[in-house]
Amino acid sequence: MKNNLKGHAAGQPMPLVDGIEKVTGRAEFTADLETGDCLVGRILRSPVSHGRIIRVDTSKAEALDGVLAVVTGDDCAFTYGVIPIAMNEYPMARDKVRYRGEAVAAVAAVDAKTAERALELIELEIEELPASYTPAKSRADNAELLHDDKPGNIEREVHHKFGDPDAGFAAADLVREETFTCAEVNHAQMEPHAAMAEYDPEREHLTLHSVTQVPFYVHLTLARCLEIDTSRIRVIKPFVGGGFGSRTETLNFEIIVALLARKVGGKVMMRLSREETFITHRGRPDTEVTIKIGLTSQGRITAVDCQAVMSGGAYAGYGLVTILYAGALLHGLYDTPAVKYDGYRIYTNHPPCGAMRGHGTVDVRHSFECLLDRMARELGLDPFAVRRANTLTAPTRTANDLLVNSYGLNECMDKVEAASGWHERLGKMAPGRGLGMACSHYVSGAAKPVHWTGEPHAVVSMKLDFDGGVTAFTGASDIGQGSTTIVAMAAAEVLGIDMGRVRVVTNDSAVTPKDNGSYSSRVTFMVGNAAIEAAKELRQKLVDAAAEKLDANPDDIDCVGETFFVQGSSQSELPFQDVAILALAKEGTINVKGTFTCPPEAQGGKHRGGAVGSTMGFSYAAQVVEVSVDIDTGLITVEKVWVALDCGFAINPLAVEGQIEGSVWMGMGQALSEETHYISGLSVHANFLDYRVPTIVESPDIEAHIVESIDPLGPFGAKEAGEGALSGFPPALANAVANAIGLDPNFLPLTPGRISDALIKARRAARKKEAS
Amino acid sequence: MTSVSITVNGKTVSGEVEGRTLLSQFLRDDLKLTGTHVGCDTGQCGACTVHVDGKAVRSCNMLALEADGGEVSTIEGMANEDGSLGVIQAAFQEHHGLQCGFCTPGMVMAAADLLAANSSPSEADIRNHLEGNICRCTGYHNIIKSIQAAAAQLG
Repeated sequence: MKNNLKGHAAGQPMPLVDGIEKVTGRAEFTADLETGDCLVGRILRSPVSHGRIIRVDTSKAEALDGVLAVVTGDDCAFTYGVIPIAMNEYPMARDKVRYRGEAVAAVAAVDAKTAERALELIELEIEELPASYTPAKSRADNAELLHDDKPGNIEREVHHKFGDPDAGFAAADLVREETFTCAEVNHAQMEPHAAMAEYDPEREHLTLHSVTQVPFYVHLTLARCLEIDTSRIRVIKPFVGGGFGSRTETLNFEIIVALLARKVGGKVMMRLSREETFITHRGRPDTEVTIKIGLTSQGRITAVDCQAVMSGGAYAGYGLVTILYAGALLHGLYDTPAVKYDGYRIYTNHPPCGAMRGHGTVDVRHSFECLLDRMARELGLDPFAVRRANTLTAPTRTANDLLVNSYGLNECMDKVEAASGWHERLGKMAPGRGLGMACSHYVSGAAKPVHWTGEPHAVVSMKLDFDGGVTAFTGASDIGQGSTTIVAMAAAEVLGIDMGRVRVVTNDSAVTPKDNGSYSSRVTFMVGNAAIEAAKELRQKLVDAAAEKLDANPDDIDCVGETFFVQGSSQSELPFQDVAILALAKEGTINVKGTFTCPPEAQGGKHRGGAVGSTMGFSYAAQVVEVSVDIDTGLITVEKVWVALDCGFAINPLAVEGQIEGSVWMGMGQALSEETHYISGLSVHANFLDYRVPTIVESPDIEAHIVESIDPLGPFGAKEAGEGALSGFPPALANAVANAIGLDPNFLPLTPGRISDALIKARRAARKKEAS
Repeated sequence: MTSVSITVNGKTVSGEVEGRTLLSQFLRDDLKLTGTHVGCDTGQCGACTVHVDGKAVRSCNMLALEADGGEVSTIEGMANEDGSLGVIQAAFQEHHGLQCGFCTPGMVMAAADLLAANSSPSEADIRNHLEGNICRCTGYHNIIKSIQAAAAQLG
């Protein structure tokens, strides 16, 4: 579709409005807020993976000079958790500890040295229990239960069937099944966790600054766990150094620091080390995916059967959403008429998993795209052709009742096919070199929030005052993705004013409207729409004032370049500032608001779990990855990536490209080198040497293309841009490895060691075959 | 406690530090120059990169005492005298060489170190020089673009 929405702001490449603070070092992150009167908070963590707490004796710590407060599980008897029906975590363990590193007690002291000394003085007696580190062990008959109310250590199982899979497989010309194992990964955002709490004992008010992506959920959790009325809590999100899902639920240190601040009646700063930040975890779980696909000889998908088993860690967190996403988003990318899905989220004695970029979908998409490619090979079909045989036509609904309102996947495939020289180069490359491709998609916001109250999904308010400045107020959490810039662009575009006239005030519960937070790629879609509506409301007031002054019909008034005029007439013009004064004369300071509510048809099917995966619009992506593989060392080098993303409309193409590159690259980390590693429950990966994030030297050139399908419900037609391309990278890489060296790996990450082992195994098998 | 005297961003400052006080702690806690970010405390991420006597170093891997009598530049000293953005800072802003901004000060300091020694670096030169600086947002793509743009402008 031709894009005719490009305006003076929307559609223009716009550097981030808060970028100047970032390049000058003036941006204040939570850890930068420490002041002289701040006490230092530290957490005591469990040395065992599973055990019954017999005794926590804090008397010696409390007696130490310079220690102002000590808290333990006894200080908070309320569970918390992001899903209202699955809150089973205490800020500090009470009855049992369930993973190594779980918080048990905490201290506030005058300085770090004293706080650390105090931790050493806390006497902890734990009766160790048998621990399970794998789903298989957790599900065994004699396994120790992590939670008494969860038999078999099954946190949640999902069984979904849409269409008639049996008939679909019967009708297929080729049916294949494979099992893939995908290692657990962590967000490894650059900013370590930190939170600062201040308690005013006179007013009984609590103020928390934190690294969160979801200040609203943190606010609710603090009220619950500290038994403070929500009106007496203020949550502020300063600059945040990345999230990727690690901060989409309240984290224990946010509650612990508040408990400490209340106990001392003052201010406490809690800065977690990098190791503690890793242990707080909430990453993508270790997942085993068994997937079966039925294809006709032309490559048409007849049925899919998928089983996913996730090693979820010790607490529920987002777990049930993760296991539902994994099944729900088998749909929506291709026309899949019959899908069976069985998902098992299993408790294990590791730090809890949670939401991570591409939440729930990445490992399943990887498995699907790898198997589809292998089957295409078997049928003699080109990888692009097999996917094109299964594309959707929007608008449509999937077999599991998800709304697909816009669909740019065909154009995405066309772009990367041409840009990579696919047909010219495939099969003609040097030994060890290869090309692979894959497709992917993601939601633009979960259509049903986890705390469902019936109110609008997003609210933005806007103020115009005597200075002629427009201030937008939003609770949307900018964590680097550029949401603050999007709100400013929406206001400038609709009002016909310069970006410099717009200020955006964000994330202070005392000032800004409530927002559900930055997760599920909801912000541009929902908050963007709310910002547009608020700006339209303000614009109408200005247009009415201009019409009155110019003695014209308001419908004939336009505003371009900060000038109001009667369309088709060259004589009457009014500068923005004058119109603002006219409008203000009527009612004083103008405050307007815009809201966005997800339409009911986008909120998913009626089946149990049907809300997860539901969204207003899916982003679509296709990518080609070029690799070279050293068969002696197993080292894979990514030479180049061509990626195209359908983001509906690129409100800020500069940020969209950045998001595409960043998400593809994060997929590369998971595919090549990233994985957590535990020894008897001890996190041994918890630093940047052992958790191998790709360096700049290992990172390829990424050629990003934007496809604009113009979504009917999106703000200016936009959809999400930050997650959709991620899950396509690992399978495109694996498919490229297959093309390069004829090896089909069923594991992630594709580390040199694993590739070497697989090559040796393949050579042995080949020799055996030859000999027999 | 021992006295140190360091010239930081052209201004001589002195203070009392413990033997174990890291340069990053001295800059952040004592001088309130919080633009120098600590991402790992173990010298692995590069976010805390500053210049000491003209060389890029990780301030979390150096004692404040080691910088005694030396010259330190931090991100706060990278703007022009009139407060406008320095060329490298402006290039990162204009070319979207940042997202969350946490690694950015370290990246800018590492880039300045490279451009001081090599005014027209190749893409490989840039990648090799910045290998010790991790960015989790950008895929490094626009960081390279920003440094190339800054190099072109600085000539």
